[in-house]
Amino acid sequence: MRKLVTLFAAVLVAAAGIAQAATPKDTVVMAKQIDDIISLDPAESFEFSGSEVVGNMYERLIDYDLKDVSKLKGQLAESWSVAADGKTYTFKMRKGIKFASGNPVTAQDAAYSLQRAVIMNKTPGFILTQFGLGKENAKEKIRAPDEQTLVVETGEQVAPTFFYYCLTAVIGGIVDMKTVQAHEKDGDFGNEWLKTNSAGSGPFKLVSWKANDSYVLERNDNYHGTKALARRVVVRHVAEPASQRLLLEKGDVDIARNLTKDQLDALRGNPSIELQEAPKGSILYIAMNQKNPNLAKPAVREALKWLVDYDGIEKNILRGTFVVHQAFLPKGFLGALEDRPYKFDIERAKELLTKAGLPNGFSVTMDVQNISPYTDIAQAVQASFAKAGIKLELIPGDGKQVITKYRARNHDMILLSWGPDYQDPHSNAETFAMNVDNTDQTKSKTLAWRNSWDIPEMTKQTAAAVKEPDAKKREQMYRALQKEHQKISPFIIMFQEIEVAAYPKTVSGFVMGPSFENDLYAGIQK
Amino acid sequence: MTDGAGARPRPRRAPARLLWLTGRELGSVALTFLGLLLVTFFIGRVVPIDPVLAAVGDRAPAEVYQRVKVELGLDLPLYRQFWLYLVKVLHGDFGKSVLTANLVLADIRRVFPATLELATVATILGVLTGIPLGVVAAARRGRGLDHVVRVVSLLGYSVPVFWLGLVGLLVLYARLGWVAGPGRLDVAFDDVVAPVTGVILIDAALRGEWEVFRSAFQHVILPASILGYFSMAYLCRMTRSFMLSELRHEYVTTARVKGMTERRVVWRHALGNVLVPLITVVALSYANLLEGSVLTETVFAWPGLGQYITSSLLNADMNAVLGGTIVVGAIFIGLNVLSDLLYRVVDPRAR
Repeated sequence: MRKLVTLFAAVLVAAAGIAQAATPKDTVVMAKQIDDIISLDPAESFEFSGSEVVGNMYERLIDYDLKDVSKLKGQLAESWSVAADGKTYTFKMRKGIKFASGNPVTAQDAAYSLQRAVIMNKTPGFILTQFGLGKENAKEKIRAPDEQTLVVETGEQVAPTFFYYCLTAVIGGIVDMKTVQAHEKDGDFGNEWLKTNSAGSGPFKLVSWKANDSYVLERNDNYHGTKALARRVVVRHVAEPASQRLLLEKGDVDIARNLTKDQLDALRGNPSIELQEAPKGSILYIAMNQKNPNLAKPAVREALKWLVDYDGIEKNILRGTFVVHQAFLPKGFLGALEDRPYKFDIERAKELLTKAGLPNGFSVTMDVQNISPYTDIAQAVQASFAKAGIKLELIPGDGKQVITKYRARNHDMILLSWGPDYQDPHSNAETFAMNVDNTDQTKSKTLAWRNSWDIPEMTKQTAAAVKEPDAKKREQMYRALQKEHQKISPFIIMFQEIEVAAYPKTVSGFVMGPSFENDLYAGIQK
Repeated sequence: MTDGAGARPRPRRAPARLLWLTGRELGSVALTFLGLLLVTFFIGRVVPIDPVLAAVGDRAPAEVYQRVKVELGLDLPLYRQFWLYLVKVLHGDFGKSVLTANLVLADIRRVFPATLELATVATILGVLTGIPLGVVAAARRGRGLDHVVRVVSLLGYSVPVFWLGLVGLLVLYARLGWVAGPGRLDVAFDDVVAPVTGVILIDAALRGEWEVFRSAFQHVILPASILGYFSMAYLCRMTRSFMLSELRHEYVTTARVKGMTERRVVWRHALGNVLVPLITVVALSYANLLEGSVLTETVFAWPGLGQYITSSLLNADMNAVLGGTIVVGAIFIGLNVLSDLLYRVVDPRAR
């Protein structure tokens, strides 16, 4: 026994005091929460972390300027146009571009990529199928008459910008047809293989993805643009933000991605650490189910909007991770409204409640995900509601559980976030301001539907905005829509997310754009 | 504890009967598994989470949602779903995880070695410290050392592992730099050793990659010490109470009267006799660690079974949950059978 103890002590001493291996010079190491990734096939990937990986491995036909989203630019396409009928789009491909495999990028690859996305119709499939494309007509409507030309015919006329912005989404990623076809199994368009492999033309290619563990990217030396500076990027799943901070400060990771307010506050005092903030599309809101007779009263809806201490919550709970934002289009979108009509005003809320015939308030429940910062915000809202006599009972639940209840329209109020599906205003306008059919049998379960908010007039306006061919006019329509929505909707839109990355001052070149697929690794150096 | 065993005559040769289970025992194992599957399956179906959401996400349009629901077989009545699952499991097909897109068995093969590595090192540490401390505390009952040991093990019982993990990281990793941080290996050593068993310590040793071994050891030692501390606390308390009741027996008095040294009385005679219940306790504590410790795995970014099962459960990824449950069940049953066998080795009366 004594010998064992001595041996054990000796081993401990040997292990102690050894210098840490710093991260290798040509490898960038990140700590990030990546457990949301389900697939890395661009036709299927629809999660935040997955979008980022796909965005670094694949290119789309067109993309937008990260600094000014209203400007479109070519990625694999050098030019694009729409015919007079407003339905036939023609893309001219750039010449001389190769996939990581060495195969040339042609219009056939582009046609195949869009066809498979439409035919497989995975979760993000609607981004393309909403243009009248489907299994039955994909091969005829999406075609490549020659190596350089891609033609797409949409079902009905829409605003061309709407179609273009949808092609900038992850699902517009162009895959290497020959490589993917070589891995097809039972007509699956190579989906099974592409979930965990890559076949793109972007600056990186995939070495490995281990779910809930890590993914590793390697520089694509066939990339046509400026080659990535780092040879490898290793992203490790570190679920606990406090652990991420320790790894960063110790130099065992180069970039930490999921630090929370407290850690950011602490790091602000550290002169060797840089914090990069980028507004992202996610919006934090409270929704009120119109099946609840109290919440269905317009004066009550308005009163509750005056009963949230927006600035207090930002300052005390969210600083550095969310900013106050009160319109359904996030900053960075075409037509986004940056007005802030509401502030915390108890007297005003009380007047409105009296007007609604509820001078002493009422009792109501609110579902909330049991994770930070949602629970903290919910408690702050509970406290401020109480000042006007409203008894808010919080029902904490797991994320999927809360959403299941929401989709079944069984809630009173709910606190959640919403991130747009693609970088076009219609993505959020559709979900917040459209409800085609308020019955339980509807096919379109938008957020407006989930709250039983029946709005035939606003639905018409939203549908008109997405068809407006003039980009300037379209922008104006969205502004007007948001103004009206702020006044009457059952949504208390409160905050917009900011994504923060922390890294030592010696690290540079990490680009964080408005959408997750725009978080680009190619320029990172240290 | 080997000291203790040495006091009694070693079994000459384990009779063959020890090594295989009777039909009745096998039947009870099978029944236990069936019950385990049934309960997990139905709990998974009654939790208020929609499993289709896990597969398609919240934004999927109605047609996709409906199609996947049918693909997953969720439109069938519950008893049919269970029957189909059971038939597949009996054919060795545990299905696919919705979250990771892998076969559940492949996932478990990947995450379980991480947990096994952590739990084994932790149990070794726990046994090497907990049992001797418990013996010493019992032998010096009521004296200074006993109180120290009791306070230390009480702390091990009551301090949250999450907190202890973070403090441990802050002090030993961030401040002092004695151990490595979260994760199983330094990034520089990733993929250097191809997995054979999946337990990096063993794989590295097999290949003679001592640099990798060292990195893995530096990474495992802190989380294992923290888990080991909890297992130490438990083993220490149990050993102490077993020993206290053992030391009251008459044979102990007799041994002392015969002039045997106190050390021999305590470490050989008394400890030898508490080995049987101790084996059960060690096996239970090991099995608990093998389930995976979600909190420790989270703090230390340790991709193990605990995180896997928990995140699967929270996403209603039922194939993964059921697969994980079967593994955990198998561990419990296996360790129970093993400790039964060990009884027969240690205790001549049980043969």
